[in-house]
Amino acid sequence: MSRPSSDQADPSAPLRPGDHSDAPDTTGPDADRAIVQPQLGVVGWLRWGWRQLTSMRTALVLLLLLAIAAIPGSIVPQRGADPNGVTQWRADNPDLYPVLDALQMFDVYTSVWFSAIYILLFVSLIGCVIPRTKHHWQALKSRPPRTPARLSRLADHRSVGVALAEDEDAAAAAATAVDEAQRQLRKSGYRVERYDTGGTASVSAERGYLRETGNLVFHGALVGVLLSVGIGGGMTYTGQTVIVEGDTFVNSLGLGYTSFNPGRFVDTDEMPPYSLTLDKFDVSYGAFTGEAGHGMAGDFLAHLTVAEPGQESRNGEVRVNHPYEIEGDRIYLMGNGYAPTITVRDASGGVVFSEDVPFLPQDNNMTSQGVVKIADGMPDQLGLVGFFYPTAATLNTGAIGSAYGDLTNPLVTFWVYEGDLGIDDGTPRSVYTLDPTGMEQIAGGDSGLASLELEPGQTVDLPNGLGTVTFEDQRAAGADESVKRYVSLSIHRDIGAPFVLVFAILATLGLLAGLFVPRRRLWVKATPVDGALRLEYAGLARGEDPAIAQAVSDISRTHLAALGRDEVDLPPEVERPRRARPARVHTPDVD
Amino acid sequence: MPEDLSLDAVSVLLVWTAVAVYALSFIAYAVDLARRSDLALKAKDAAPAAVAAPALVAAGGQTIGQIRAAEAEAELALNARPADRPRLLWARIGTALAWIGFLFHVAATVLRGIAAERVPWSNMYEFAMTGTLLVVMVYLVVLFRYDLRFLGTFITGLTVVLLGGAATSFYVVVVPLADPLKSVWLVIHVFVASLASAFLALAFALSIVQLMQARREVRAIARVGADSATGDDAPAPRAPREGPQFLRTLPSAEALESLAYRFAIIGFIFWTFTLIAGAIWANDAWGRYWGFDTKEVWTFVIWVLYAGYIHARATRGWRGNRSAWLSIVGFSAVLFNFIIVNQFFKGLHAYSGLS
Ligand code: HEM
Repeated sequence: MSRPSSDQADPSAPLRPGDHSDAPDTTGPDADRAIVQPQLGVVGWLRWGWRQLTSMRTALVLLLLLAIAAIPGSIVPQRGADPNGVTQWRADNPDLYPVLDALQMFDVYTSVWFSAIYILLFVSLIGCVIPRTKHHWQALKSRPPRTPARLSRLADHRSVGVALAEDEDAAAAAATAVDEAQRQLRKSGYRVERYDTGGTASVSAERGYLRETGNLVFHGALVGVLLSVGIGGGMTYTGQTVIVEGDTFVNSLGLGYTSFNPGRFVDTDEMPPYSLTLDKFDVSYGAFTGEAGHGMAGDFLAHLTVAEPGQESRNGEVRVNHPYEIEGDRIYLMGNGYAPTITVRDASGGVVFSEDVPFLPQDNNMTSQGVVKIADGMPDQLGLVGFFYPTAATLNTGAIGSAYGDLTNPLVTFWVYEGDLGIDDGTPRSVYTLDPTGMEQIAGGDSGLASLELEPGQTVDLPNGLGTVTFEDQRAAGADESVKRYVSLSIHRDIGAPFVLVFAILATLGLLAGLFVPRRRLWVKATPVDGALRLEYAGLARGEDPAIAQAVSDISRTHLAALGRDEVDLPPEVERPRRARPARVHTPDVD
Repeated sequence: MPEDLSLDAVSVLLVWTAVAVYALSFIAYAVDLARRSDLALKAKDAAPAAVAAPALVAAGGQTIGQIRAAEAEAELALNARPADRPRLLWARIGTALAWIGFLFHVAATVLRGIAAERVPWSNMYEFAMTGTLLVVMVYLVVLFRYDLRFLGTFITGLTVVLLGGAATSFYVVVVPLADPLKSVWLVIHVFVASLASAFLALAFALSIVQLMQARREVRAIARVGADSATGDDAPAPRAPREGPQFLRTLPSAEALESLAYRFAIIGFIFWTFTLIAGAIWANDAWGRYWGFDTKEVWTFVIWVLYAGYIHARATRGWRGNRSAWLSIVGFSAVLFNFIIVNQFFKGLHAYSGLS
């Protein structure tokens, strides 16, 4: 389809799009017609369009477009990576938001325009690679081309005269000399072919087919990466869950997950049936030194008990950077926090609520926010909005804050609301937030009553004689610490990822070969000239090859050393007048 | 060692010493460039007027033949063994100073690592310290193979600005490593990224010189044309400037381009590796290998830009100046990614250590 740039005479040259810099110049009148004016008719236009699409220039322009098109996604928040950022952006720029949203600026990497660019790029890539692969397959089987008549026309050329013995047969000596060159060249990885004519012997050698192989492997592997990402993405799922110490997560959509995002082809009924119990969560805090970085939390470690049907339960560990793998799922530690155990009793002392309530950390010192919702058991529904301070301290402003992340002086404070929680109509509500519209605040804030403040083990009264709230001390139940901790885990399955990795590695290997394996031809020729031999060494780089001159001088040196003959001066070769030597030696017609 | 002089404090002192020595090296290299200009002018004056056929003499006094000959000679010098290089006193002083600065720089970086008890590349200050160290190291090592001393001002200048700037604005005391950074991939990914940047920096510098040289070549040739058209007696038209004289002592634009390309592809391979290592790490740390996080986006953009550069080198009409511009844009993106994205763009890679 795409115009082969290499002339038919040289099947071993790699096939390149017509506008490759090494291709024969197509600015002549014939070429103009071929490229600019398609033959009329649909087929002609299609051919023309396809040739444009699979040209080097198109690939280049699409690559640059791809780079530019990727940039907005790093400036404007993206729904995929940062949905809250998008909400915030919308609130900050209400006028601009609809415009950018219409342009899909918040979904850049799935947008029509971004997709169009990379799909075109890959169509171009496939259209380019297939004919090249076919061609290369043929080239791999071809023999190195005939030795050029005039090696001296090549830029990298060396000519040396060597003496013959008195009665030596010049033709035989030439053949032996070239035999030796052939042996050396083959040993250094060249494919060789003899071209002896009359008394002249010569060997034509070529190496570096691996360069084109690498290039094709690289481009092919890019397609592999894209397909793995695309198909793998459809079979991927991601879910989040929160487990408090002592609690158990069951891997099932109905039971365990707080959120779950399946890809298109995921069958959510076929989830592997395992369960995870959080036995203990470890974290260490840097010493409280008052210097930068003090009190930093680290060494997060969740100790799990993993149970699967029909198997004995076993211990598992999840750390940052070290997910736990089970049944093809990978389990990541994403966050942690405190889950104070809160018990609420009604006026008669009956328990209406008793749970470990996960509080969401708000700062580095683990000041955390949590919500208790009591739908039944009280005269009206109750909502408690709480703050938890693992190390409570009174700030300069008089407010309470947490001074340190570890549990040294835990304190919970609550504001209390009474009224309609708004959960009865079935609208999903976050367990971490409370919408107080339609509720009356009866403690804390503007209510006139102080907020409730509790240390572990303490019980305080709710306002209006509604009952009591207790902050349970877990040590009473035999735990090491007064407050339980929780972890938030992220559970992923991505079958495509290993394929992506394999193709990425293939691409890198292809790249190494495609960029660094030199592709070159060398010729060694021996011509008898009155009682002596003229030995000629010449090389031709095919593509980037900084070491071509070195290669010619190396073969001449080792070859002459192996022959061990005396060097003699020969009269210069008579150059018959011929057309001017090409200024650049990219693709001289060597045949 | 007294309490108040911690290892880190010594490291900072060494950083500033290195910056000072690099600044001296910069000056020496700058003097070298100025003297090359002198030499170039003298060589031009010395050229026997008779040899230069009048019709081929450019207004600047050089013939095309002389330009090409000078460039061929420069190309030989570029590839000459260290012992066979032209004896440029000030360039030698510059290189000697760069080595001294480099030794201080190594000491500073190693001490910072010892003080922190980890690899010294995990916040902006340390990235800059290690990154510039690698830039200088790659330059000094490459000097054994190619005579790139004409890039000395660029390398030392860049290092003074980045290292001095980082010590002034990015400095943070040693703090323990955040959990996500505790990974072998920190060692590999960040180091290889810095190494890639070092090679891309050299390619960038060469591409700039290439553009300057190409401009000079075009203008010199235009002058020859103009002179022969107006004839000998007519006053020469005011020809455009050809740029700094030291360009006359440098290889041809084409030679510079192919050298830039060689560094760029090495940098590109390392960058590819950075991209893959980053994805592997992200898969361990964040539960996905790719998420279009800002830093990921920019790493990708840079990779695609250099893929474009490599293609441009193989596309008719794009070799030469246009591909050089791509190399320049590519490295600008590397710098942007390091300086701007790290500090001002929101994302998961919040490891600048600055608040
Ligand atoms: C995702 C898109 C692409 C990327 C990232 C890419 C990247 C690269 C890279 C890095 C190289 C140098 C490596 C080597 O030589 O092995 C290269 C070379 C090459 N690419 Fe692509 N490429 C893409 C698409 C294309 C397309 C669509 C075409 C066809 C029009 C194409 C044709 C070529 C050719 C002919 C070479 C060899 C250049 C030479 O002779 O040195 N590439 N590409």
